[in-house]
Amino acid sequence: MNPTEAIATTEASGDTVPSPWVVRAAWRELSDTTSLEIAPADGSTPRFQPGQFSMLYMPGIGDIPVSVSAYSDDGKALVHTVREVGAVSAALCAMKAGDWLGVRGPFGNGWPVDAAADRDLIVIAGGLGLAPVRPAIQQAIDDSGRGGKTVVFYGSRSPSALLFRDDLLQWAVSGVAEVRTTVDRAEPGWRGNVGLVTSILDRAAFDAESAVAFVCGPEVMMRFAVFDLLSRGLSADRIFLSLERNMHCGIGLCGHCQLGPKFICTDGPVFPYSEISDLLTVRGL
Amino acid sequence: MQEATASQVSLTARHIDGLIEALREDGYTVVGPTVADSAIVYDEIASTADLPEGWTDMQQPGKYRLSRRDDRALFGYAVGPHSWKKYLFPSSLKLWSTERAEDGALKIEAGPEEVPKYAFIGVRGCEMAAIRVQDRVFAGGRHHDSDYMTRRESAFIVAVNCGQAAETCFCTSMGTGPAVESGYDIALTELLDEAEPRYVAEAETSIGAAYLQRLGAADATAQDAEAAQQVVEKTVASITKELDTDGIKEMLYGSREDNRWDDVASRCLSCTNCTMVCPTCFCHSVTETSDLQMSSFEHTRQWDSCFSMEFTYVAGGVVRDTTRSRYRQWLTHKLGSWIDQFGTSGCVGCGRCIAWCPVGIDITEEAAALRKSHESSPKEVEDAT
Repeated sequence: MNPTEAIATTEASGDTVPSPWVVRAAWRELSDTTSLEIAPADGSTPRFQPGQFSMLYMPGIGDIPVSVSAYSDDGKALVHTVREVGAVSAALCAMKAGDWLGVRGPFGNGWPVDAAADRDLIVIAGGLGLAPVRPAIQQAIDDSGRGGKTVVFYGSRSPSALLFRDDLLQWAVSGVAEVRTTVDRAEPGWRGNVGLVTSILDRAAFDAESAVAFVCGPEVMMRFAVFDLLSRGLSADRIFLSLERNMHCGIGLCGHCQLGPKFICTDGPVFPYSEISDLLTVRGL
Repeated sequence: MQEATASQVSLTARHIDGLIEALREDGYTVVGPTVADSAIVYDEIASTADLPEGWTDMQQPGKYRLSRRDDRALFGYAVGPHSWKKYLFPSSLKLWSTERAEDGALKIEAGPEEVPKYAFIGVRGCEMAAIRVQDRVFAGGRHHDSDYMTRRESAFIVAVNCGQAAETCFCTSMGTGPAVESGYDIALTELLDEAEPRYVAEAETSIGAAYLQRLGAADATAQDAEAAQQVVEKTVASITKELDTDGIKEMLYGSREDNRWDDVASRCLSCTNCTMVCPTCFCHSVTETSDLQMSSFEHTRQWDSCFSMEFTYVAGGVVRDTTRSRYRQWLTHKLGSWIDQFGTSGCVGCGRCIAWCPVGIDITEEAAALRKSHESSPKEVEDAT
């Protein structure tokens, strides 16, 4: 080991010890889902890559990995979108402007938005899986020099569980992206698609031979989505998935998030399917 | 250890006492093997009187017993349940604390405790190899564990070329012993051909050489140097357990659906013993404790194990929810995916996991059974993908 080299990269602040952050705004997205706009208490400007996640810490309750879902409008805060499923996420969802929390990260790699510079970008998201991929969609749309088009396929349980409806609508209406949505179960007034997200992939044209795909959602949904994309002719090394395991330290030291030889927190969470295809099909790996 | 004999000196137990005393005077916390609770464990020592003189260990799958030797060897045993990771990577370590003010503001502070400067006496070849493995884990990647590095860089290591192997040892298969390869300050070889044990010592570092010089010992004779070499050769010859590492990563990656995992899962208690005694297992969790007012919180890093259910808990449930999946993770990681992650096997062949398994599961037997099954089955697994 080379001590000098090591110490130089050891304390990227907030890696092992959280930094105090403050909630600037909190708003309900869905009945069980809240977005928190949070900023470092010391006034520094946070940075992240679309697809990265932070460890959000509530004193006395615990910490959980949550992906960054957007920059704030002024670029000085990060938005995290949380669904209530356990003690920590419920506490996060109950936060209000002015409340304090601890933050480590952001950690992990990100979506390779540049890989889609001159190719069609296909996004397939399910449920809360739209949150980690939203900043990548935004970055692709904002890149005026980009060649290919952007197509977003998004599925949720029901119409009232469709996340970021304002963004979906704005992308579609302004024509910056083609947006196709579907729900598992319709509700009164729903005139859109009903069925799995994979059932609507033929509702938009794209150049399958050269396209790049970002897939994010429940693992079973991603497996089916990948299968469909492959059968349409997409190359396995241009299909990217964001995986979830028990991220704990976020820096590849605690061992919890291993999938075969991969540490999801540092090697991922985004992987090309070609790198993990043999790992995703084994139960309990 | 076949280097020139010029730097080798000859020591007695009295010199080793002098070395321990000198290290203590220089501010080192000297730790070494002692007998406690019917086992040889590592603890702070003040002199050779604390060492397990005349003791050895009998080890088999699921079995560890101390017995008397007919000589006065200080290092006449193999390895006990402890490893040096308990000092470099403590089982429990306070990392940071949080204070919440009346207005809800958080103050979060890293709490590096005073890190002792350790001197280790009696580090085996396999154990030195285990320390080098953990160096790669905690200090060789993109992120580093600064506490580990502080402890590691200040540690003074007196290694011992192994003169006594147990039935559970297989360092020769893993290429980690019985001779100590590198990374120590001083290496000893214990000679037991006279009533009083003698030690052939050599330094690998200048700081180690300086301590040897302070002891004022005579150069080792050519005969003693030769005898030291023979100690290692005799130990090599006494090791019977084997693990075939040829292509082992590919073999294990191709064995993910093997029925042997069900077989071993029917015996494995998922008790975590193997991961606790393993000198390279590094998995850990950080737990939080708070005062009753919920205003002050402490965060402690603790050893964790891939054999616990909570280890892979995610919002959707537990990923490795069967003993089969957890044992497969442990063995495949230790012998296979560790190589992809850190460029080395995670196993050093010390045999601790074999002796301390309450039902006597033997990692070498499991690996051999998997290999046999893998070699006899058609290569469907690879072809299917």
